[in-house]
Amino acid sequence: MPFFIFAFMFLLFPSSTIVVRSFQDSATHAFTLKNIIDLFRNQYILGAYSISIQISLITSIGGGLFGFLLAYAAIRGGLPKIMRSSLMTFCGVASNFAGVPLAFAFIALLSPTGLLISWLRALGYNPFFHGFTLYTFWGLSIVYMYFQFPLMVLIIAPAIDGLRREWLEASQNLGANSFQYWRYVALPILLPSILGTMILLFGNSFGAFATAQALTGGQINLATIVIGSQLTGDVLGDPGLGYAMALGMVAVMALAITGYTILQRRTERWLR
Amino acid sequence: MKRSNTLWSWIVMILGILYFFLPLLATFIFSLKAKLGVLSFKAYANVFNDPAFVYNFSYSVLWAVLTIIFGILLFVPTAYIIRLRAPKLRSAVEFVTLLPFVIPAIVFVFGLVRTFSQPPLLIVNSPALLIAGYMVLSMPYMYRAVDTGLRAIDVRTLTEAAQSLGAGWGSILFDIILPNIRVAILSGAFLSFAIVIGEYILAQYLAKPAFAPFMAYQIQQKAYEPAAMAIISFALTWAALGIIALVGRGGGQAQVGGGH
Repeated sequence: MPFFIFAFMFLLFPSSTIVVRSFQDSATHAFTLKNIIDLFRNQYILGAYSISIQISLITSIGGGLFGFLLAYAAIRGGLPKIMRSSLMTFCGVASNFAGVPLAFAFIALLSPTGLLISWLRALGYNPFFHGFTLYTFWGLSIVYMYFQFPLMVLIIAPAIDGLRREWLEASQNLGANSFQYWRYVALPILLPSILGTMILLFGNSFGAFATAQALTGGQINLATIVIGSQLTGDVLGDPGLGYAMALGMVAVMALAITGYTILQRRTERWLR
Repeated sequence: MKRSNTLWSWIVMILGILYFFLPLLATFIFSLKAKLGVLSFKAYANVFNDPAFVYNFSYSVLWAVLTIIFGILLFVPTAYIIRLRAPKLRSAVEFVTLLPFVIPAIVFVFGLVRTFSQPPLLIVNSPALLIAGYMVLSMPYMYRAVDTGLRAIDVRTLTEAAQSLGAGWGSILFDIILPNIRVAILSGAFLSFAIVIGEYILAQYLAKPAFAPFMAYQIQQKAYEPAAMAIISFALTWAALGIIALVGRGGGQAQVGGGH
């Protein structure tokens, strides 16, 4: 069947190349675990993974919380109905608006000559005197949020829809206050979904490359950036190590997607 | 309690709106400043008059169109046969179509380049590899759109009716099935279009002319023109998703996770 030939040629075969070469000595092609072991010894690689994981944690938790609040506000916050549909449309666009144009949009906003910075300066506050730069960790986190929280809104909205009003009314009839409603009714139902989507956001940010590359010109040491530079020149000094690093990224992503799937299934039991 | 809830909702919403629109506003204002002292559309004129932009952008459109055509030719028959003849293979195919979510694009291109840059598979410079790569990236959206479309129609009855009237497989597929799922195919096609037009990684590392690498290069060189291009790119994404919303009317979902 042509589909399987296609998938094998251009997806499975290249992926298996990465797996196979990760366990091969780059000179002799003999089987070895050296690359995998070196992965955990190489400070440069560990540092890159660590920054990638930190930025993914921060933007998935931050984007997840804000996205949840936004979705809840639009759906159950008593806002006009139109807010909900426009929010969903905007989020559909924003979660797609990534990469090079996104990087530039934030350069126009938050670079030293950017719009917001010049407004703040006019108010007598220059964030650059307080250690802020767009091109490092926190700046990149702010930029990543732009595609993180819309994805959260899109995925969590059906779960919030599934919270039945009867549950709130029932808990109120039983004398629960709003904290008790959240603690014993709403959160236990939503939590798997919230956590699952946050894990998905983690993967979303962990695999991101183009935005960081365009924003920092490859100056920030993310795992994806290291793989990108390994492609153009052997920066790690060992081709086998590059494969092992790519394999490590796939492993992290696979964990994230599996976690998301499991948690999403748990939610579906309640929300039909 | 009710009123304070609504107040909080408005605060969160306004924060969200600010965060969403400020970067766009900044980019837009910036793109109008190409002429000293006045606001003008000069940057846009510069962009459209730049032969390098036209060259790179046309190639991106060409890649997108080829990706969509070959995507339809490959994924529609596959989804159709799976649904009709081989439901057992369904989970295997679904697993494969979701793989691009698990493999980050940069790792994927790393695998492609390393696999196809040595004999006997020396096709790393061929545009075919780029198209195949784009087909993989758009596969989760294209395949799922087509599959959702097929779920909505009665494939078996349509096929049997066509067969009993003497239609061959080709005409069943292209005269019967295809027109019946055209809305699903259209939404898959426009999503693929949005993905390919904005895609940076594949074109960059397979060294092919395309819009996003060109824009990234221009960010280093110029000030106002990249702003204009960012706005153009945003407008294109918006248009593609708007068309999907129009033709789909709540049918399809419009979200992309890749390409960051």
